[in-house]
Amino acid sequence: MSATLFPDAQLHVVTGKGGTGKSTVAAALALALASRGQTVLLCEVEGRQGIAQIFDVAPLPYEERLLVRPQAGAGDVYALAIDPESALLEYLDMYYRLGRAGKALDRFGVVEFATTIAPGVRDVLLTGKVYEAANRNRRNKGARHYDAIVLDAPPTGRIAQFLNVNQELAGLAKVGPVKGQAEVVSTLLHSPRTAIHLVTVLEEMPVQETGDGIAELRDIGLPVGAVVVNLLRPQDLDATDREALAGGRADRDALAASLGAAGVEPTPELLDGLLEEGRHHAERRRLEDEQRAVVTGLGVPVVELPLLPGGVDMGGLYELAERLCEEGLG
Amino acid sequence: MRHTRAVPRVGPLVAGEESAEVLDVDALLDDPDRHVLVCCGSGGVGKTTTSAALALRAAERGRKVCVLTIDPARRLAQALGIERLDNTPRPVEGLETQSGGSLDAMMLDMKRTFDEVVQSQASPEKAAQILANPFYVAVSSSFAGTQEYMAMEKLGQLDAEARRTGRYDLIVVDTPPSRSALDFLDAPERLSSFLDGRFMRLLLAPAKGPARFMTAGVGLVTGAVTKIIGAQVLQDVKAFVAAFDTLFGGFRTRAQRTYELLQDPRTAFVVVAAPEPDALREAAYFVERLRAEQMPLAGLVVNRASPAPVESLSAGAATAAAERLRGEGDALAAGLLRLHADRVTLVARERRLTGRFATSHPDVPTAVLPALSTDVHDLAGLRRIGELLSSQRA
Ligand SMILES: Nc1ncnc2c1ncn2[C@@H]1O[C@H](COP(=O)(O)OP(=O)(O)OP(=O)(O)O)[C@@H](O)[C@H]1O
Ligand SMILES: Nc1ncnc2c1ncn2[C@@H]1O[C@H](COP(=O)(O)OP(=O)(O)O)[C@@H](O)[C@H]1O
Ligand SMILES: [Mg+2]
Ligand SMILES: [Mg+2]
Repeated sequence: MSATLFPDAQLHVVTGKGGTGKSTVAAALALALASRGQTVLLCEVEGRQGIAQIFDVAPLPYEERLLVRPQAGAGDVYALAIDPESALLEYLDMYYRLGRAGKALDRFGVVEFATTIAPGVRDVLLTGKVYEAANRNRRNKGARHYDAIVLDAPPTGRIAQFLNVNQELAGLAKVGPVKGQAEVVSTLLHSPRTAIHLVTVLEEMPVQETGDGIAELRDIGLPVGAVVVNLLRPQDLDATDREALAGGRADRDALAASLGAAGVEPTPELLDGLLEEGRHHAERRRLEDEQRAVVTGLGVPVVELPLLPGGVDMGGLYELAERLCEEGLG
Repeated sequence: MRHTRAVPRVGPLVAGEESAEVLDVDALLDDPDRHVLVCCGSGGVGKTTTSAALALRAAERGRKVCVLTIDPARRLAQALGIERLDNTPRPVEGLETQSGGSLDAMMLDMKRTFDEVVQSQASPEKAAQILANPFYVAVSSSFAGTQEYMAMEKLGQLDAEARRTGRYDLIVVDTPPSRSALDFLDAPERLSSFLDGRFMRLLLAPAKGPARFMTAGVGLVTGAVTKIIGAQVLQDVKAFVAAFDTLFGGFRTRAQRTYELLQDPRTAFVVVAAPEPDALREAAYFVERLRAEQMPLAGLVVNRASPAPVESLSAGAATAAAERLRGEGDALAAGLLRLHADRVTLVARERRLTGRFATSHPDVPTAVLPALSTDVHDLAGLRRIGELLSSQRA
């Protein structure tokens, strides 16, 4: 087991460009942390039931549910889908004991109103719930204590706004309980107890977005964690071979001989096919290498995860979790 | 017909893949009765690329085309000459115009489009009042769905202009990178029903009607809202709603008109998906939704499919051969064999997923677009995509 890159982090926020694997990485990270014996809460906030899909369980309610209990020595993973309506009603109930009036609010469409119209309010409610889960302590006997929380967060384009709760509210609620809530949440988010990881693939648009996202987060003093490069193509061929393949200069006769030696009949069709596959791969790798250089230049730890050709099932998820552990994340 | 001899079959549905009808892209682009093409699908699947490629091909086949893109990759925007956000279509340079076609392109500026709608609907003072309201600023720049709504609004405007002036005979629209493909169909309705919603009416009631509307219940509700978001916000909202009130009707009518345009046979939808479970699931929902709404579906584009590997060597055989070469020194052969094994597995999975879609939607014409080895960021790349789209083998 290697040392972990973020020993102080209790809250791991996972963001990234859409479709690059945020939810997958968040799930794998939760398993990785649990494998070190931690009790983990995996949260999602976008109402998409991504966690349920990945773990192939029934849709999650606004309630912490035991998701996986890994092998002996490892901690449990709980899951929670946070939606702003439930968070608001819970919040009102906690602070105002609204009871019937709470229901009236819902009936008049106020809850929808407050949570859609003022995105700042919605975000404070979502992060506020995460904060609440992160701050349970021994004093609160009944409540479950989590060693780590992993948040499958909104995409890179919205992450700074989402986490910059104080600022977002500035123009709206200048005083009052929501403002107070935003302040305590903000303190947690700006502390070393939080690490914000960005998932990307080695392509131009996502890498650019990752760079922009990091700059934006740094600008407002939020703690950037690692860049997770996901869906990495196989790294089998070395630079010389790739160059030869891309330039159409690979040694066809030697390839034929090696295939023959390995018991595969080197038909012309097979040789052409393999060389063409190799050329395509080499060209993609060249772009990947360009982008990898950009990612390396961002000045944050980089963690790489392979593309699993058969897709991500539970086995694949554990494989990714293991890689995260090896690379020091989790 | 593909040879599947040595390729392991992964379940009976693999065969289903070939049963889907092939999408005839050129027939679609050449159809003089089609005036609007909408490319939709979930985020990151290649909607922008596909819409630009379709638009370019149509233009080079002689049509007068305008393409409305939402968030093109920076280099693609440069290639199309639309990095400036000025909310007006500009001619694309480098077009092959022998066939008499033309291509204009633009990138949507959502806030500006919203502002323009307000300005066109209200008196100058009232418009100024609305535009300055902090609450309006929040809605027009961050309400979930505003971008979708404004894309449809812009489409409506371009279509009206095309009919009036004849400047375009085909408009190709990209759709916003929503989390779900359906968002954009629902957005106009969501926004207008929100603006028209119960609580809005309630806020407005005391300003319009007699004070007795201020029942105890309402007082309780506004009291609670004040507690949550503060009195100032509520004031802004009230001012906004009061000023905006006369525009509500207009918003509804406009949304309704766009909706009708989407149902018109002048329009066709192209659903774009990646050969992945989430994207294909979204595509399936979308296809079913279009059917339910009686909106015309042209077909499905499965984008970024892994290029088919040579079929005479199975994944298992390739892996075994690579193992036998271990330590023999030929790293190239071993590497290519492992690469091949991965590719075969990947493609089998993609075909299984695409085949599953075809089996449950046999009547949806489909085109499969391979992933190129480079990004698509210039006219040559778009042309290549257009060619690949039109040269699908049955
Ligand atoms: N390392 C990997 N190898 C193979 N497939 C992967 C890998 N990581 C993610 N995927 C697949 O890519 C797809 C998208 O992943 P995921 O849902 O995690 O992305 P996301 O960033 O959460 O997307 P969204 O923006 O839609 O929330 C899924 O089908 C997932 O199984
Ligand atoms: N068939 C393809 N082959 C290679 N790259 C592609 C292909 N389709 C899309 N891309 C690339 O993928 C990225 C995302 O595509 P884009 O069209 O912007 O997606 P969307 O509009 O759906 O978010 C771009 O960099 C584009 O060049
Ligand atoms: Mg996700
Ligand atoms: Mg796009």
